[in-house]
Amino acid sequence: MGVVTLGTMLGTYLIAYFFVDQPEIVALIVIIATGIIFIVGHFIISGFVYLAEANRMKSEFVSITSHQLRTPLSAVKWSLNLLMDERWQKLDQKQKEYFEIMKTSNNRMIRLVNDLLDVSRIEQGRLDMRPGKFSLDDMIRDLIAEITPIARDGGVSLGFEVEGGVPEGWADAERVRLALQNLVDNAVKYSNDGGAVKIKLGRFGNFLKCEVHDNGVGIPEHQKADVFQKFFRSDNVRKYQTEGTGLGLFIAKGIVDALGGKIGFSSKENQGSDFWFTIPIAK
Amino acid sequence: MTKIIFVEDEPTLQKTLCDVLRKEGYDVKAAFDGVAGLELIKLEKPDLVLLDLILPKMDGFTVLKKMREDEETKDIPVMILTNLEGTFDVERVLELGATTYLVKANYELREVVEKIKKMLEK
Repeated sequence: MGVVTLGTMLGTYLIAYFFVDQPEIVALIVIIATGIIFIVGHFIISGFVYLAEANRMKSEFVSITSHQLRTPLSAVKWSLNLLMDERWQKLDQKQKEYFEIMKTSNNRMIRLVNDLLDVSRIEQGRLDMRPGKFSLDDMIRDLIAEITPIARDGGVSLGFEVEGGVPEGWADAERVRLALQNLVDNAVKYSNDGGAVKIKLGRFGNFLKCEVHDNGVGIPEHQKADVFQKFFRSDNVRKYQTEGTGLGLFIAKGIVDALGGKIGFSSKENQGSDFWFTIPIAK
Repeated sequence: MTKIIFVEDEPTLQKTLCDVLRKEGYDVKAAFDGVAGLELIKLEKPDLVLLDLILPKMDGFTVLKKMREDEETKDIPVMILTNLEGTFDVERVLELGATTYLVKANYELREVVEKIKKMLEK
């Protein structure tokens, strides 16, 4: 701002010097121009300060609200666990179905709250990491075992391929699992019946590279630039998929960036997508 | 009988976990605030303490700190059961001497009970 003010003063002086004969008028013009620049500058800076403060308050609000929301959601979760436990009482088919719906909805809400917390941390630059050695290979196998029943229900198969022996990764394992899960969840969710999701793991220089390939709906060309934006949901998905918040890829990118890795994708509408990320290898 | 004390101010969470643990054969006592919880811990000297962090009257951080300062309670294992999740909070309770840390919303009741069983086996 100081440089702009000095530049304006000098510029105004030179222009006034060449076009006005009386030095008093030149001085007056310079003073007026500098005053205007000061006032405009003050408003611009105040605007930025106000925006930064509003952004901080918004993130803090999300963070506090999310913590408060988790408590009643856990109470519902644990109560449902008890109600659905057949060691406590027998349930008929209808009761089981309705309890299952309640459980799924409650878990979706918990996931949403967790996602909002992560978004708020990413935006505040407070996505703290607790790095350590871990096997990405084992993590992928565990995740596949967990997701396979859900994928099978939707008629989607899951495959895994490792290129040679891969070393351990160095990162916050829980966060990497979340990023990976978001990519695999998307691949399954946006695959058509009979679709195939393939996960590939290999070494890429000093990094591990994990690729998640699907032959699903893909991303329209004109929306590719927005894929990692918050709340992004592509047009072709919005038409028939009501589930999904559009936070998964934003969070995955936030995590991978914070770990010093890279994330990217290639995609063709109606043919499928290939999402990949890298994380450092353990030394 | 193995004794467990659960300090939790949310009545539903307290009741559900206590019910399940009693069914598993544990002697479970509970408190709704930090002050009552600490008194109960000193009195009962349990085999395990399940401790929330945001509590009325005295927070879980202070309860844990006071437990570790007391000769009679300093070695009792403590499982933190909370919905706070910042790395700062995790590191702070681990530094204060918590044995483990769970975010309640992310675990099914069955998974929490399994973790408690494993802790008590050690």
